[in-house]
Amino acid sequence: MKRVFPILGILTAILLSYALYEALVVAPTEQTMGNVQRIFYYHVPSAWTAFLLFLINFIASVVYLVRRNPVADVIALVTAEVGVVFCTVVLVTGPLWARPVWGIWWTWDIRLTSTLVLWLIYIAYLMLRRFSTSGQTPVLAAALAVFGALDVPLVYFSIWIFRTQHPQPVIGGGGSIDPVMLHVLLINWAAFLCLAALVCWSRYRLEMLQREVEQAQAQESLVAPRGAR
Amino acid sequence: MNFLYAAYTATWIIHITYLASLFRRYKRLRKEIEELKK
Amino acid sequence: MSVLVPITRATLAKDLRLEWRSKDAINAMLFFALLVVVVFSFSFDPDAEESRQIAGGLVWVAFLFAAVVALNQTWARELRNQVLDAYRVSPAPANSLFLAKALGNFIFVGVLEALMTPLFIMFYKLRALGPAWQLFPVAILGTWALVVNGTFFAAISLRTRSREIMLPLLLFPISIPAILGMVNATTAILTGELSARFWIVLLATYDVVFTTACLLLFETVLHAE
Repeated sequence: MKRVFPILGILTAILLSYALYEALVVAPTEQTMGNVQRIFYYHVPSAWTAFLLFLINFIASVVYLVRRNPVADVIALVTAEVGVVFCTVVLVTGPLWARPVWGIWWTWDIRLTSTLVLWLIYIAYLMLRRFSTSGQTPVLAAALAVFGALDVPLVYFSIWIFRTQHPQPVIGGGGSIDPVMLHVLLINWAAFLCLAALVCWSRYRLEMLQREVEQAQAQESLVAPRGAR
Repeated sequence: MNFLYAAYTATWIIHITYLASLFRRYKRLRKEIEELKK
Repeated sequence: MSVLVPITRATLAKDLRLEWRSKDAINAMLFFALLVVVVFSFSFDPDAEESRQIAGGLVWVAFLFAAVVALNQTWARELRNQVLDAYRVSPAPANSLFLAKALGNFIFVGVLEALMTPLFIMFYKLRALGPAWQLFPVAILGTWALVVNGTFFAAISLRTRSREIMLPLLLFPISIPAILGMVNATTAILTGELSARFWIVLLATYDVVFTTACLLLFETVLHAE
């Protein structure tokens, strides 16, 4: 197992470099937006990865609430943290793309706003985990994750109503995508998924180690020190 | 054009910052393990 | 199921009675509500035309702050007297405690809103151009949305450092669809330009979804403290 990790690390680095090359050189320049459009190859895969991680968090939270399996709890924590990292990337690259192309840093369009709310919910989740002094923090956090998951479709729906009543410029429009661009997009997504898996694995191992250390420290404090009697 | 480089750079800064914080925590844990072993 | 209603009613009556006798929380909160309205009036002072556009947002943000202050002390009395431990071992259903607290908060925040509203109308010279009666379902559904989740998150925040800030931290993101609904419904009714119907449906859906979630998960949270 120990050897797999560095091998995976190197593979990921190679894949990411190749994906970067594809995004900057191979992908054709977009007609209307120019080279700035290449941000798309980082923005969209990061969003998909973040959503996938949050989905895993939701599943792990439900499993934890039902089974109280400690591994499920660690998976929930890990995917929440790494998900927030990727979501931050989305929220930073989004405005950097919007500004030169559409002239505005931000708009309350449905995807951007939903992503922002999701980010806020998970920051709140991480804060709860950090600030809670209860012995049963995992249960509370899992409950919060369930609430967050219930909230997301409602957020989407509420912004959809808002946008139907107040039409605004559509960002990152729909329509079909050039096959070469799709290819580059998918390669970048694969690369970021590998990165996410690697980071999650690292964080998982770190958390497991931390819990072992805490347990050892707790036991240590129970044992009487030499010469105390 | 600068926005493109800014976006890619920002992405990597965010990821590297997180990984650095993980590494720092790992170092601290290692130290605590050494303390325990004594 | 059969014990739920009488126990809820009894707990709610006890809370209301205690609150009425001590009156300390009520007085502080009434004054706070008044202060909020006054401060907002100094901060945003538009003429009658503009005021209808922004009043929806103003009023509900003011209500939101007042609600957070009220929600923060939801479980304070229980914590002080170790009542929660007694509740955990008693055969009473956990949901009756939750419903009693949520309804108590609802009444409380409702009273605050009822007092703040005439002040807002006065300071901002408000008059509804749309169907004013719709403001009642909006107020009821909106307040319940804040209160039901607020009571639940107040319970989650019980054993956290910085408990008072934890509650709004958890409540605000989750409440965003509801806040959007309340504000836009109120603006729609005041300006009369759009229909508030979709927003009312959204608020009702939000209330149903989260009331169910709170009732399903409260017992777990209560035992997790």
